[in-house]
Amino acid sequence: MFDVHEMEVNFGPQHPSTHGVLRVLLKIDGERIIEAKPVIGYLHRGTEKLFEHMAYPQCIPHTDRMDYVASATNNLGFVETVEKLMGVTKQIPRRAQILRVILSELQRISSHLLWLATHAIDIGAMTPFFYCFREREQILDFFEAYCGARLTLNCMRIGGMPEDVPAGWLEDIEAFCDKFDAAVDEYESLLTTNRIWKRRTVGIGVLSPEEAIEWGITGPPLRGSGVEWDLRRAQPYEIYPELDFEVPVGKNGDTYDRYLVRMEEMRQSNRILKQCIPLIRETPAGDLKAKISKVIRPPEGEVYHSIESPKGELGYYIVSDGKTQNAYRCHVRPPSFVNLQALPAMARGHLVSDLVALIGTIDIVLGEVDR
Amino acid sequence: MNKALLTYLVWPLVKFLIAFIIVQLIVVAMTWIERRLLGFIQARLGPNRVGPWGLLQGIADPVKLLLKEDILPTSAEKIAYFLGPMLPLIPAFVVFALIPYGPPPAFTVTRVNVGLLLILAITSTAVYGIILGGWASNNKYSLMGGLRSAAQMVSYEVPFGLSIVGVLMITGSLDLVQIVRYQETNAWNFLPQLVACFIFFVSMNAENNRTPFDLPEAESELVAGFHTEYSGMKFAFFMLAEYSMMIVNSCLIVTLFFGGWTFGMFGVGLTTSVLRGMGFFGGILGAAIFFAKVMVFMLVYVWFRATFPRFRFDQLMDLGWKWMIPLALGNIFVTGLFILAGQERLMYWIGLALLGATVFYLGRKPAPRKGIHASRVSEA
Repeated sequence: MFDVHEMEVNFGPQHPSTHGVLRVLLKIDGERIIEAKPVIGYLHRGTEKLFEHMAYPQCIPHTDRMDYVASATNNLGFVETVEKLMGVTKQIPRRAQILRVILSELQRISSHLLWLATHAIDIGAMTPFFYCFREREQILDFFEAYCGARLTLNCMRIGGMPEDVPAGWLEDIEAFCDKFDAAVDEYESLLTTNRIWKRRTVGIGVLSPEEAIEWGITGPPLRGSGVEWDLRRAQPYEIYPELDFEVPVGKNGDTYDRYLVRMEEMRQSNRILKQCIPLIRETPAGDLKAKISKVIRPPEGEVYHSIESPKGELGYYIVSDGKTQNAYRCHVRPPSFVNLQALPAMARGHLVSDLVALIGTIDIVLGEVDR
Repeated sequence: MNKALLTYLVWPLVKFLIAFIIVQLIVVAMTWIERRLLGFIQARLGPNRVGPWGLLQGIADPVKLLLKEDILPTSAEKIAYFLGPMLPLIPAFVVFALIPYGPPPAFTVTRVNVGLLLILAITSTAVYGIILGGWASNNKYSLMGGLRSAAQMVSYEVPFGLSIVGVLMITGSLDLVQIVRYQETNAWNFLPQLVACFIFFVSMNAENNRTPFDLPEAESELVAGFHTEYSGMKFAFFMLAEYSMMIVNSCLIVTLFFGGWTFGMFGVGLTTSVLRGMGFFGGILGAAIFFAKVMVFMLVYVWFRATFPRFRFDQLMDLGWKWMIPLALGNIFVTGLFILAGQERLMYWIGLALLGATVFYLGRKPAPRKGIHASRVSEA
């Protein structure tokens, strides 16, 4: 293994930092990676096929289990796609739309917090992990207060929202938002200017904007490469056009810039939350559901709709035959799956330690990759 | 009984045993202190179930590890696998016979006139166990951990040794007792040898495989590095050796740079003669001062562990060979110049100025961050 012989290492599927059951077949020369081949499918549950045999509302809990650390956005993508197929997008009450935005931005923050926690601990800094979980725990409490679940929320319905906000919920979120910016500063104080952190992330896994677009990368990895592409801006849905927020972009396309982008996204999500709370107070309580039939049977046709999930473009493609209550075909475009494809290109020539940083920076969730 | 037998065998053995027990108690205490302190830093509780405030955790852990199944991987090289955890223990324990804990002769186990060299020689053998264990496990991750460990410990042995040379030059002795006696009449060595002290401190972190140099066990990369395949008491032995070596190195830095058992400079304060004047109690006090200083460095280890990310392997080598070794050599050169010029006292002021500058640099308020876009942040 020292000079001419390569060593083959199975990195995963049981490994502390592959974020689930990713297996990377590594060909290494000493510690240098010659080839990294991701092997996926360990968590394949045939979600897309299952959708063909379930009524549309029954599918929603299954979407939770794809990106299981950001289930609210998964729900959002699915219900919006079905609504688009039915042509009822315009009828969704304003209160429900704002509530959807609040839930998905909370989810974005919690997903990014989990990313930061694991990314930092992968690179060896263990303290940010606990600080991130301190705030993430509060967000999960909000979810629990709203729908009873903390992780797999199942919190949206086709045509609206299942419940109105619980008493005191908005005040709690307001209090959280006021403190959250300081919390982000605290995480940054541990990492952003840390020399070791910079040496581990600057220049690692560089993706040029052209490469990123060629690979079909979306979300923070794409924005880290300097492409200002956020579906909340580019193809606005719900009440995003009304909201004031910025799309942070990086410059160098390396792990450090992707880190900065996500840190800034947390701040921006917090900013969105702060704007949403007065807006939802203006809307009448209880106005949460569009008047659509109880039995959901979309007309014949096909539709592709995508939203900005915390990890990138989450798209659903649904074909309806117009006769049954279930989809004829449903395909999911998960951001993690597409982003993961760039891993071999990013990892080549780096060291084994960098692979861990790269898996972290792509921010994959295997439930979503394998579906 | 033969008097020689008593002075050269029985008393040293008794004293070694006492020192050994105290050190092992510190190891046991450290397992609790480290986790409680980490918990405190990380906004959580840490172990608090076993006994009051979790104090008995240090006992519960070894008991648990003793009861664990001792797994021998089928493809492991049996003898080497067995030797792996044993070898690092021997140097880690033997060294405790050489460290002066208090005023001599009562509080030193053995006084060797080349004590420092002997300690360096003994501790550098600790790496064999780790390499052997990593190789014998017949696991690729263990092998990589063992190799990393070998490269790291060999590389940092050099600045570790070189940083001591400056101390030898100004004290003129390899005898640890002599080095401490020099420091109580002059200043503690960290003042004239601030750079050496810094290099020594960084190298001892690296020698011990502690954060930010914990690459050999790098949990997130190599699962657990060289001890991935070890379970039960064999695993505990690796940990025991690691913590013992941490104490050894803390003892060394205290002895070499921070005045050992004394608490005073320029002949003022609790010097050896003052402590001797207090009789046996003075000796105990000296040992207490010594261990208090050691504990400070043990806590710094924990603080580091909570704060820093991990270096990458090549960066670690860069730091060792391109920064630490030239810096240590430069320090030797500059120290030599000062000694030649007969201006040793001037080094205190330079050390003090360097220390002040460092504190000022680290303590300055970070500039407030401007801008929203990550791109702007990235340019800064």
